Amino acid sequence: MNTANNNERSEIEGLLPWHAAGTLGHRDTQRVEAALASDPELARRYELVREELAQTIHLNETLGAPSSRAMAALFAKIDAEPARNKVASINLGARIRAFFASLSPRTLAWSTSAAALAILLQAGLIAGIILKEKNVGGYETASAPTNVAGAGAYALIRFQPQASAADIANFLETNKLSISDGPSAGGLYRVRIAATKLPKADLDRIVKTLREDKVVGFIGIAE
Amino acid sequence: MQTTSDEVLIGRIASGDRLAMQVLFARHHVRIYRFVLRMVRNEATAEDLISEVFLDVWRQAEKFEGRSAVSTWMLSIARFKALSVLRRRGEEELDDETAGAIEDQADDPEVTLAKKDKGAVLQQCLTKLSTEHREIIDLVYYHQKSVEEVAGIVGIPEATVKTRMFYARKKLSELLKAQGIDRGWP
Repeated sequence: MNTANNNERSEIEGLLPWHAAGTLGHRDTQRVEAALASDPELARRYELVREELAQTIHLNETLGAPSSRAMAALFAKIDAEPARNKVASINLGARIRAFFASLSPRTLAWSTSAAALAILLQAGLIAGIILKEKNVGGYETASAPTNVAGAGAYALIRFQPQASAADIANFLETNKLSISDGPSAGGLYRVRIAATKLPKADLDRIVKTLREDKVVGFIGIAE
Repeated sequence: MQTTSDEVLIGRIASGDRLAMQVLFARHHVRIYRFVLRMVRNEATAEDLISEVFLDVWRQAEKFEGRSAVSTWMLSIARFKALSVLRRRGEEELDDETAGAIEDQADDPEVTLAKKDKGAVLQQCLTKLSTEHREIIDLVYYHQKSVEEVAGIVGIPEATVKTRMFYARKKLSELLKAQGIDRGWP
């Protein structure tokens, strides 16, 4: 056997532990398998490696497990840590991105496009309700909360199907909006525009501005 | 059934999710415990260490960049902490003495009986290896880490990983030979 072959064999032999553990890449696996098939001495040494592997696993498995004290100590320490900035209060953008990321693109696209007609009808109804609510007492939509009217200014919004989660998160952050409910069956989200109720003229102006954004498919004032 | 990946759990932990921390702990604490126990050889110390390791995970989750597997990252933390304990104890210098002391036990009747079982002798010899050699054998065989991952955990070049593994196995063969088992290698 020449020097090149010796080097190759040494290199292959060095890989045997990882081959036995199944952690070699495809190319190296093929090299080792080819060498093992043609070199009986290497195959014999590979059996030694497999013995070592089996006994190392056995030895480790007989070491047992830690008591519950370890977990108790860990969570006592975690509880003693300074309170972490909660996602809900600080990292709104991340929360929104996570929320949209949890929806598949197909879900987003389907829920928005399939409901387009319903949304238009809903929008008309909502607008009608808003305009008439002062004069027509006693009528409420089944889904509308009855006790939030004075809690802020809201809009109903449907996003463009092609808008990415990042675009939407950016849009909400830029305009200081937060999602308070949704999506409804029609793919509508209820977003809070302001913490306090706004005059209708102001609300109209804000909604008109928001409507210009490329991520917005539909937006209408909500109660 | 699809389980939540370690990377997703780390993301949740970064935002302060204790439940995600519990899941990650349940998933990995036994292996981490065994890894440090093999290094520090003391159960109470190993238990203390794993709570410290996972506390570091809790604190550092936000900085985890996903360049390595989560288990590899945690083993790196565990190794660092175990080595700190060993340094404090001065055990690294005493390692050969420790091995020698264990070797003396080989003449016990129980051990003599165990010699009939090659596997038991091999396991006994595995416990006699130096910290450095035990560590690499465990990482490769038990924790199933690739050459690259071991290099990352131990902080040595990949070529050195292979060389160290070779010498660890060579030492194992010598210990076996001393126990009357000649493997004909190296």
